Amino acid sequence: MGIHRGHKARPLEWVAEKLIFAISLSAILMVFLIFLFVAREAWPIFTGSMNSAAIQPVLQASDTAKLKPEVLQSYLGLTKAGFTAMDRESIQALMEVRQAAMDELPASVRSDKDANLNTVSWKYLIQPHQWTGYDKPEYIWQPISTINKYNIIPLVIGSIKASLVALAFSVPLALGAAIYVSQLARPALKEWLKPAIEMLAGIPSVVVGSFAYIFLATVLQKFLGYESRLNALLAGVALGFAIIPVVFSIAEDALTSVPRAYTQAALALGASKWKAAWQIGLPAAIPGVFAAVVLGFGRAIGETMIVLLASGNASIVSWSVFDSTRTMTATIAAEMAEAVFGGNHYRILFLIGALLFVVTFFSNLAGDLIIHRLKAKMEGKV
Amino acid sequence: MTESSSISKKFASLPDAESSNREPKALIQAVDLSLYYGATRALKNISLSIREKLVTAFIGPSGCGKTTFLRCINRMNDLIDSVRTEGQIQIAGHDINAPDVDVIELRKRVGMVFQRSNPFPKAIYENIAYGLRLHGVRDRATIDETVEKSLRGAALWDEVKDRLDSSAMGLSGGQQQRLCIARTIAIRPEIILMDEPASALDPIATAKIEELILELKSQFTIVIVTHNMQQATRISDETAFFYLGELIEFAPTGKIFTNPSRKQTEDYVTGRFG
Amino acid sequence: MTPASPASINAGSANGFRSASFDYTSYFFTGITGLAVALILTMLFVLLGTILANGWPSLSWRFITANPQKDFFEPASAGVLPMIVGTSVRVILMTIFVIPVGVITAIYLTEYAHASSLSTRVIRGAVNNLAGVPSIVFGLFGAGFFVHFVGKSMDGFIYGAAGTKVWGQECLLWASMTLAVMTLPVVIVATEESLRAILPGLREASLALGATKLQTIVRIVVPQALPGIMTGGILAVGRAAGEVAPILFTGAAYYMADLPKSLSNQFMDLGYHVFILSTQSPDIEKTRTTLYATVLVLLLLTFALNFVAVLIRSKIRRQMRAAH
Repeated sequence: MGIHRGHKARPLEWVAEKLIFAISLSAILMVFLIFLFVAREAWPIFTGSMNSAAIQPVLQASDTAKLKPEVLQSYLGLTKAGFTAMDRESIQALMEVRQAAMDELPASVRSDKDANLNTVSWKYLIQPHQWTGYDKPEYIWQPISTINKYNIIPLVIGSIKASLVALAFSVPLALGAAIYVSQLARPALKEWLKPAIEMLAGIPSVVVGSFAYIFLATVLQKFLGYESRLNALLAGVALGFAIIPVVFSIAEDALTSVPRAYTQAALALGASKWKAAWQIGLPAAIPGVFAAVVLGFGRAIGETMIVLLASGNASIVSWSVFDSTRTMTATIAAEMAEAVFGGNHYRILFLIGALLFVVTFFSNLAGDLIIHRLKAKMEGKV
Repeated sequence: MTESSSISKKFASLPDAESSNREPKALIQAVDLSLYYGATRALKNISLSIREKLVTAFIGPSGCGKTTFLRCINRMNDLIDSVRTEGQIQIAGHDINAPDVDVIELRKRVGMVFQRSNPFPKAIYENIAYGLRLHGVRDRATIDETVEKSLRGAALWDEVKDRLDSSAMGLSGGQQQRLCIARTIAIRPEIILMDEPASALDPIATAKIEELILELKSQFTIVIVTHNMQQATRISDETAFFYLGELIEFAPTGKIFTNPSRKQTEDYVTGRFG
Repeated sequence: MTPASPASINAGSANGFRSASFDYTSYFFTGITGLAVALILTMLFVLLGTILANGWPSLSWRFITANPQKDFFEPASAGVLPMIVGTSVRVILMTIFVIPVGVITAIYLTEYAHASSLSTRVIRGAVNNLAGVPSIVFGLFGAGFFVHFVGKSMDGFIYGAAGTKVWGQECLLWASMTLAVMTLPVVIVATEESLRAILPGLREASLALGATKLQTIVRIVVPQALPGIMTGGILAVGRAAGEVAPILFTGAAYYMADLPKSLSNQFMDLGYHVFILSTQSPDIEKTRTTLYATVLVLLLLTFALNFVAVLIRSKIRRQMRAAH
């Protein structure tokens, strides 16, 4: 009998399996790298080791030779490699430039009581402060100014406000549509309604954004007669185009996964289709609906191009939906290009990115967990 | 027991069909075999020996373990994570679960035909050539020859010879199942396992498959799981009756159906349960 | 019918199974939910209609094939050729990076991994998470990792300390790679779906013939899953073609006189151009038609792709339902 030829080594099989496994880990690696590299750029802000004060302590250029290399390196903000690559003259030149820059600070800045503040320390990032010229403590995001102000609260409020408007607008619509499509519509109608609604998801967000910016803004303003043309309401409605397919898909999925026997039992007892859907289908799928809302929120808060175009981008602290609003995502998109690599502004933008990553991470995690539980329950695995 | 037919004439001309008068010797032996799905014991201390060039039928009610046992013989159960076996299955005296046994080599020697016909969604020709190519046959002429020989062997040649390049999915259920048999015999296994091969077929297609099994017996040792007791009496030489994971009785088919020695066997074959 | 008789549960047989009382709530709520569907479809049609009505008249062969010199806000000289080229090239590159990795991951998850093992759960978690990361964060990641870390390291390695900047700057390669990371979940999910739709009988048949696992995967499983893999690729392309946020800081340029010649060049992009036309125009009324036409080009590109993917996918799902 041939089988007893002995176990054949199949190196190709072995190598292929290991390789396939290794490659399949790339998704994990990417999530890890995303967090690592976004957090890495934001880290100095986290630990408070950046100093953004307009008036920096000055070391006399004439003393260069007397100073220790470590002191020089940190004073000039150089990496170790960068520092060692420089010769004595370039360092001397840098020292002089630095001193000249401080000498040339206008007197108005010099006399500003805020010029010595480290505006990227946590205190000024999240707490209100009474800046020179203001009559009460305020949250100000003003990253390019005589005194750069990096308070992120206006942006956080802007993001939350736009997302809440988006949810308020799209959840009722998407949920109603999900109930209709999954429970009430005839199968033939369902067959094309579902892809038609999901087609919304295929529209690039920059298209929705520019549509809102040049068309919807004018229409809404004409109808509602508010003052600022671009505002949180417009951003929320435009975000709805992106959120509706998300909420619809997940809720429709959850409703469809309710075993048909449940609703059919109700129908057999003489309930109308609507009553079966409302009293039996929806309660069974309610965790899925909740997950849909959570995931919709995650999507809304992370959306960039729509809010960048539609929200007006004024960083004011206000809960009014008719005010112009600046979100976290739009701030990154709009300001990254002009931020100096490695500078305070650059790092703050990465900090906002890290914050977004964490918020969406947890909202996705929560949404997925709920859906997973629901599916297991529907399949009787609990 | 066999009738001569056009199929048998064709097949008799194949090279290694010279086994007429024989004293069948044991080929597959199970020794105290138990099998677990996780904590559930699906097979309990099965011991039996299946003899060469006979048709052996496994009968029993659903869930009795007959298919599970069949799948032990070519180690298809390896594909299920939670399965664990105790005891031994030997083929020609070699423990097939021994660490030095190559499962690929084993499956080459022990072919299998499944309950639902599962031709590859490729051309009819490619379905048969697939196994040959797997085992290193590259020569086009050899492949052509073997495809024809196998299709003739499975009594399918006349029906498909003009459309070897069309998809196997276009064949009828019975034809598909015969194609699966042709695919299996193309790589010349010694044993063919059949898991209810005719359960999804109409009576005419079933009759063709049964006729084919009787033809193939001259060259292959065949083990067949069946739900249909008439089928077992028509085609098998020996029959094993399984019940709740145990082997209740194993004897020549005539004895099982006319004079069983166990009460449970009698109840089952007379239709009192199952 | 006797009008005065008390309502009985079994009145139905007496009145020919007509409803005992008109069920207003049911009709009302069916109407309300139907209205929600109608409203969503209206939104879709208004959006598409506005773009089509305004964009179609200025969509001309000249517009599609022109390379605008400097003033792309001026309808007479506007054109989208370099943007179409840039978007196409970055998307094709992305496909080359993402398909192998996505398909192999899906193969691992369906063919090799144990459904409940730790590695499977962690990979799945990561895929889900990746799908939810905001696109602007991918942009930051692309800038921080690909441009400033990988790119600069490559420059240091290839050109030494001379400080030559070739890869350590925004370019086609890094934009494509950033998009590949972003669309990885799309490809994985679509491929997995099509792998699971394959009848288990085919794998068994192959293994029972003495095929190894790898042979079964390469010769039976993957060819069967090809339509699904293609769908995944198309969906990824459809998603990536219109994305702007991830390429803002990884490769897209406001204006370039020439088409990109190498992977280390920046490029012009359709989606980014839509943004530029909307916000940077000195005279939005004059630019409006050009803007709509550009949006139309972008939409046609992504919609056609998505539409094809949806068709293939629903066909696969129907096959799957028929098979099980």
